[in-house]
This record gives sequence, C-alpha cells and structure tokens, in this order.
Amino acid sequence: MDKQSKALPGLYIHIPFCLWKCPYCDFYSCTDRELTSAWLEALEREMLFYKESFGYFDTLYLGGGTPTVLSEHEITRLIATVHRHFSFSDDAELTIEANPADLTPAKAGLLNELGFTRISLGVQSFDDRVLNVLQRRHSAFEACKAIELIRAAGFQNLSIDLMYAVPGQDTCSWTTTLQQALQYRPEHLSCYQLTIKQDTPFGHMKENGWIPELDEAVEESFFLTTTDVLTAGGYIQYEISSFARDEKYYSAHNRKYWQHSAYLGLGPAAHSFSGRRRWWNHASVTTYIQRLTQGTKPVKASETITDEQIRLEALFLNLRTSSGMDLATLQTYTGAHEMLPHLIRSNLVEINGCRIRPTTRGLMRADSLPILFV
Amino acid sequence: MVQIRNFSIIAHIDHGKSTLADRLIQHVGLIDERQFRDQILDSMDLERERGITIKSHTLTLPYTDKQGREFELNLIDTPGHVDFSYEVSRALAACEGVLLLVDAAQGVEAQTVANLYAALEHDLEIIPVINKIDLPAADIERVKEEIEVELGLDSQEVLLCSAKEGTGIEEVFEAITARVPPPKISPAGSAPTALIFDAQYDPFRGTVVSCRVFDGSFRPGDTIRFMSNGALYKIEEVGVFRLKFERRRELAAGEVGYVIAGIKTVSDTRVGDTITLDCNPAQVSVPGFKEAKPMVFSSVYPIASDDYQNLVEAMEKYKLNDAALVYQKDSSAALGQGFRCGFLGLLHLEIVQERLEREFDQTILMTAPSVQYKFQLSDGSKKTIENPQYYPDPTAIERAEEPYVHISIIIPERYMGVVMKLCTERRGVNSKFHYPVTGRIEINFDMPLAEVIYDFYDRLKTITQGYGSFDYEFLDHRESELVKVDILVNHEKVDALSLIVHRDNARARALHICERLKEEIPRQMFKIIIQGAIGGTVIARSTINAFRKDVTAKCYGGDITRKRKLLEKQKKGKQRMKMVGAVAIPQKAFVSILKTETD
Repeated sequence: MDKQSKALPGLYIHIPFCLWKCPYCDFYSCTDRELTSAWLEALEREMLFYKESFGYFDTLYLGGGTPTVLSEHEITRLIATVHRHFSFSDDAELTIEANPADLTPAKAGLLNELGFTRISLGVQSFDDRVLNVLQRRHSAFEACKAIELIRAAGFQNLSIDLMYAVPGQDTCSWTTTLQQALQYRPEHLSCYQLTIKQDTPFGHMKENGWIPELDEAVEESFFLTTTDVLTAGGYIQYEISSFARDEKYYSAHNRKYWQHSAYLGLGPAAHSFSGRRRWWNHASVTTYIQRLTQGTKPVKASETITDEQIRLEALFLNLRTSSGMDLATLQTYTGAHEMLPHLIRSNLVEINGCRIRPTTRGLMRADSLPILFV
Repeated sequence: MVQIRNFSIIAHIDHGKSTLADRLIQHVGLIDERQFRDQILDSMDLERERGITIKSHTLTLPYTDKQGREFELNLIDTPGHVDFSYEVSRALAACEGVLLLVDAAQGVEAQTVANLYAALEHDLEIIPVINKIDLPAADIERVKEEIEVELGLDSQEVLLCSAKEGTGIEEVFEAITARVPPPKISPAGSAPTALIFDAQYDPFRGTVVSCRVFDGSFRPGDTIRFMSNGALYKIEEVGVFRLKFERRRELAAGEVGYVIAGIKTVSDTRVGDTITLDCNPAQVSVPGFKEAKPMVFSSVYPIASDDYQNLVEAMEKYKLNDAALVYQKDSSAALGQGFRCGFLGLLHLEIVQERLEREFDQTILMTAPSVQYKFQLSDGSKKTIENPQYYPDPTAIERAEEPYVHISIIIPERYMGVVMKLCTERRGVNSKFHYPVTGRIEINFDMPLAEVIYDFYDRLKTITQGYGSFDYEFLDHRESELVKVDILVNHEKVDALSLIVHRDNARARALHICERLKEEIPRQMFKIIIQGAIGGTVIARSTINAFRKDVTAKCYGGDITRKRKLLEKQKKGKQRMKMVGAVAIPQKAFVSILKTETD
C-alpha cells in the first residue's frame, strides 16, 4: 500500500467492442457495433454517478475490447464526454490500447490531438505464423507500419504488447520477435505468457487435446528468454510481465492496481476500487445500457475488504513487482521470519536496502510465494 | 421368582455372533419383526461398516421357558477380534457362562481357541454352538470333530443353529437356562460390590456405569465409593438395559445393569474397578479380570495445535468407554503437543483413531506404531522405551531387546508354503505345526511383535485369500539388533517420523517412507530432499523438484479478488499442513506413512 494516500485515482474505461474475437481472449467484448451510440450515452450516464466522488485523476486508460475500432468521430465524442465530467492533472498519463490494423495516419494524429500521451499497441508477435495462430487481424508488416505511424504522429511513449508460449511458437521465434521490438526502442513492453482460459475457443481446443499441455521447462525458458533479452536491451522488468526503458516509463495506471491505489472503472465488466470497496459492472453491453437507461448503476457485485484481506492482497501484489515489499512490513506476516532465510538461500528473494525483492527466479514463481508468509 | 443368568457369546470374527445376538433379542419379543434391523448390538457406525464388534454391549432379555419359569438373561456382548481380548476378559468377568460359537463351514479358528481359553480362565460354563448350518458349505460332522479334538469339548453337547434362518434358537435358550449356573447368592450382611465392566459419558447425566453386582444391592440415594480412588457419589438412578435404559428400584446381587450418580469427573470411573457402598464398604475388590497390556504404541496429535485442549477432553471421555487405551502427554517438535498412547494391537489403534474422529470430532494425526524395546546400557542401567524419541545413545547400548509373540495361524493345508515364507521373512523362529483335522494345519511361530504390527495380518489375509485365521500372545523380550531411523526433510529431522527397526529392515522401511513423502508432499518453491538416516549415515533418499515456473501473467482489476480468494483457500489448506523447517507437509503424508502398503 506504499504511497497510496498521496496518489490520485486512475480512470479506466472499457471499450467493449471488437471486430471479431481472438480465440484466446477472455476479456469481455461484443462484436455488435450497432450498440456503440447507445453505449456512449450510457457511459455518460455512468460518469454522472461518480463525478462527485471521483472527478480528478492522474491516469486514464482506454482498454477493451479494441478502443481503436471506434471511429474518429466516436473517439472524439468519448473524450469530450470524459472531459465534460472529469479532469486530469497536468502530468497525467493518458493511454489508449490500439490494434495495428486500425491505425491510419489520420487516426494516429487524432489520438495525439485528443491528448493521449501513451499508446499501448497490441502487436503480439512479429512472426506471421504466430499471428495466424492467434487469429489477429494484422500482419507483422502492418504492426511495423503502425509503430512508424505512432512515432510519426509524435508519440513519445509507446508500449508494445507481445505474447509468448503460443502453440507452434518456439523460443527462437520469440527471441526474434523480442529483438525486432527492441529495434523500435519502445518506452515500454508488456510480455504476457498466453494463458488458455476455459470457455474460450482455445480453452475448448485444449480440453479436446488439440492444444498440448505446456511443459514447465518450456514455460521457464520462455520466461527467462524474455527477461534475458530485454534486460540485455536495457529494459527494467518492474513487474512479471512489464518492462520499461526507464523508471519514468513505468505504467502509472497499472501500478495503481498493484499498489491499492483508487481507480474508477467505467463500462461493461470494468472493476473499481476505492478505500475498502471493490465493485464491478455487468459484463454485458445490453445489460449495461439497460441499467443506465433505467437510472441505476450497472454494478453487478461489490465487496468490502477487511484489513486482513488488504494485507493478503498487498502480499501477492507486491511480490509480483521487482520493487517487492518493505522489509519491516513483510516481517509483520506470519512465517516471514522462518521463510526468509530459506528464500534468500534459494535465490528467490533478495534484500535490497530496506526492501525485500523477488529475484527473477522468484518472479517466475510468484504465485507460490505469498502462501509461504501466511 | 425371576431367575437370572449372565452370559456372553464368544466367537471368531465373522462366525455370526452379532446375528445370533439379534435373533435372541427378537425371539424374546424385545422388538418385533418390523423393527428388526440387522445387528442391533453393533450400534456404532464403525462396527456396522467393518462388520465387527468393537465395544461390549449389554442387554437384559426377559425369557419364559416351557414350564412357565421366568428368567432375566443378561447378554453381555463381546468383541471378537484378537486385539480385544481385554474387552472379552472384562465381559467374561461379569458372566457365569458363554455360548462358544463356531461357523459350520469354517470350523474352529485361531480366535475360537483363544476365546475358549479366556472362558476357561474365568471358570465359566461353555456351551458350544455350531452356527450357519444352513450354508451349503456347512460340514457339521467335521466341525463337531474339531470341537472335540481341538477344543476338548464334548461334541454330544453341541447345539446346532442358524441365526440367520432362526433355526435352533429355542434350544439355545433352553441350554442357557439349564446349563449356565445362576449367580451365587452372597452371604447375608456381606458388603455390596459391583464390577464396572463398561462406562459411557452422557453430557447431561454424567458417566453411566455398566456393572455386575456380586454382593449386596445398590439403590438410588445410596452413596457409592469407587474402590480404586475412594471417590464418592450419590446414586441417582439404577436400572437394566433393554433397548433403552429401564429404571429399577435396585440392582441386587447377580444382576447386571447401570448406575447413574452424577459422575462428572470423567477420570473417576475406571473400567475394571469395583464399586461398593460408603456406609458398608467392602475390603477386597472383585477379582477375575486381566489388566490391559498395551502392546502397540503411537502418538496422537491434533492437526491444528490450538485444538489440543479439545483433544485432552476427548481423550478423557473416550478412555471411559475403552479402558484398554492407555496414554500420557507427549510432544514433538514437528507436531506440537499430543499424547503417547498404548494400544492392544493395530486394529485397536485404528479403531481409536476412527472413533476419536467420528464420535469426538477430532482431527488427529497418529505416528507410526511402535512396540516396547528394552536396552541394557554400558553404565549398567536399563532402559525401556516405546517412543523412538527416547532412543538411547547408540554407542552406549550393550544389548537391545524387542518383544516377541507366539503366533498361531490356522489355514487350509494348501497355503502352507506361502504362509511359511511370510513368517520366515518376518523373522519368525521356532516353527511348529500340527494337523488338527485332515486338510487343515496350525502353524506356530515365535515372531517379533514389530513384524506383526507391520501389516502382517493384512498380508496373511491376502496370501491365504481370506482363509487364514490368526492369533498371537505375548512371549518375552529377546535380544535383537535394533537401529533408530530418522527421517529428514531438507536436513531437518521430522521427529514424529523416526522409527526403531531391526537393522535388516532399516533400508527398506526408510526408502518406503521417503518414497511416500515424495508422493505426498506437493512441489514447492525450492527443492526438497528427503532422507532416511541411521545417525549420520544416509540410507535412503528421494527428491522433490522445485516448481520451475508458477506465475500468472496478468493481474489487474478483476484478477485481484480472484487471486485473493485463492490465497485465502490456500491459507485454510495450510492449516492442515505441518511445517518442518520451510516445508509444508500435508497431514495425509503422515497418514499414508502410517498405513503401510499390502504389497
């Protein structure tokens, strides 16, 4: 919970539309673009509910879905609505996720004009075979073009999303993808291992045995390749999947999730957190529109978390980041006294000043770290 | 005048004791056909499931014979298993006669013989009954011959019945009334005495004492005295056992029944003790029943150490009902505070474990069973231990001894080869055989008790396809080459897993435990090395590799709640683990080591 008290909240807006659904994705999205206008209206109604309690932010994150499927007109309208009800600090980080296939010089220029300071580009791979497996709408070539467009439009902060451990991909292809990404010197890289979730087309394929179970040694080598290549390229792995060229390019918005800072999530399926409350919206555009048309919040459920739960969350959230946890704080957890020597000896964590930080080995096993301390 | 007969039914396991008891109950009309449920006396779930009688139950059967004479027949049910000879002995001390039940197809088995000896020790009238005569495999003539030759009883006096079909039941009643002697009438003025042969705890009324009155009588309002500890209680109620308690004005000499006296201090009641009246106390306790001799030892620990206090209470209450269990406080670095318990045998141990879990709602962990070892040390002193924790310094041991038992196995001849092999593998010596009847063989061995408690009976049943019957009795301690094997997890000793074994078995046993632990301990953050060692020498080893990768890629809004819930669940699961150094060992790892494999 470091720094929570001083931090301003972040604003997340879920753009729930996609042209089609990628077979691995389990985020909520819908392909019925007819609903866009009604959704935009509903979104404004939702803002009205929160403009009193929130109102002033230092990050904005437009995620999805695919925010860039919105037309230039629609994006402009959306941003105008945001500014009508909310305001942002001068140094605010304003991010929009983009699909390379959607970017044109005009759209990239518009995004810059609208004040976005950062683009998170869903490249996933620079290997067309991998893009094919993932059924992405763009080719590697289009991804390169999109990067050039973004730079040409004047963006100083570009994040590239990449994905590894894709069926058919080997560490060789992955290394090449990483190296190509490095050539563009993006300020930030997010490298995710493909996680196959139930109730996705990939999930069904896995159940049927068409996608083989991944060997742990292979996962390990993908993970280590990522860290090795990007660290050698001068990037800092500040979280499991997040790399930045410099500390100033750490994602301010994502860090709110990991530091128990407040954030307001608008749009279908969006999650919010403030104080001890966490709530989340219905994962359906129609329900979302319906509720707001009826004048009610589209909240599906909420929880109030206890101090003990905050402590539990802080444990795993902190241990997923390279800055780790304040040593004195960690020592208030049961088992810390007993476990730390073992973990240090096994090179899973290290003490750095007054902080306890997971090593690369530790980050790679971050899901089994927290239980040792409770 | 109502006459009293006190009797028990004794039999080898599965020879139909409970079925006969139920038939007797039904015959006297205590319950009608409609209410009849098989094996009423086996009221514990555990007894029904295992098909064995563990606890003695008592019942007063009203019976009128053909001449119109009225009787109260007190049936004191006994357990049949070899481990429960102590319970049998208690029940027999309260009787004048027994029905010795023999299966018409299986004939005389090892425990039939053991039970007969117990009855003879108590000088009881013995009525042999051949049961299951309806079975197609019944061979009445052969079984009669066995009864005559092996048991030395008059085959002319054998009754035939089928408890299942209900045939021959009237004859059983006639034999009980005619052949079991009535209780001796005490001389006028003798001090009242009653033998406690069972007890149960009732949360509202305190301890309910089951007893057999030998002299005098006991009435509500009398002050009773427990002869072993002098505790005094005022009787609230006395009565007899029908299917429920039936209140009476008094319990007089010869009668069997219960006494309720607001006994809240559980430990005051000791089964086997004598109660007398404070105003006219007896000087001598009722004799005639054997002290329980614990043969097998194991430590009991609560899974969660804060449950210790509950376990203390559960053990006290349990003990009331199972006098054969002996225990004292124990503690282990790995498992915390618990109890070191002595059991009659391995089955007794399992029963105690299950009853503590089911009836007393305890979640417990038990260590590997051990026996009692004796050591002669170089400074001239002697040491007797049954807990590996107290194993003496090996360099100071001049002579080590382990207990031997005399085992008796009765099997069809064709299994002789495999059984001989098993017995010699298990360090059996001084073998003897004899053929009681054609086709059957009785094999005797002297064997270390430690071998018997290490799944010997299971193995015997397996290799003889269930035909092997088995009994054992304690012989003496004999010199042996013993070692203490320690189990280390990441170089930390798990004291609860240490064991004392014969040197020749050390490697195999250690390896078995290492392999089991490897299967049961989930992979963790770091490599886990499991070792079995004698002193500083490692004799067995296994390794559990660490996770290579265990992390989910994303953790944003909705993932946080999910992840926290998972962690909360893991935290709960962890409470059922025992930490040894940095390694969480699940409870089931200990359990699985205790339950040894049968092949």
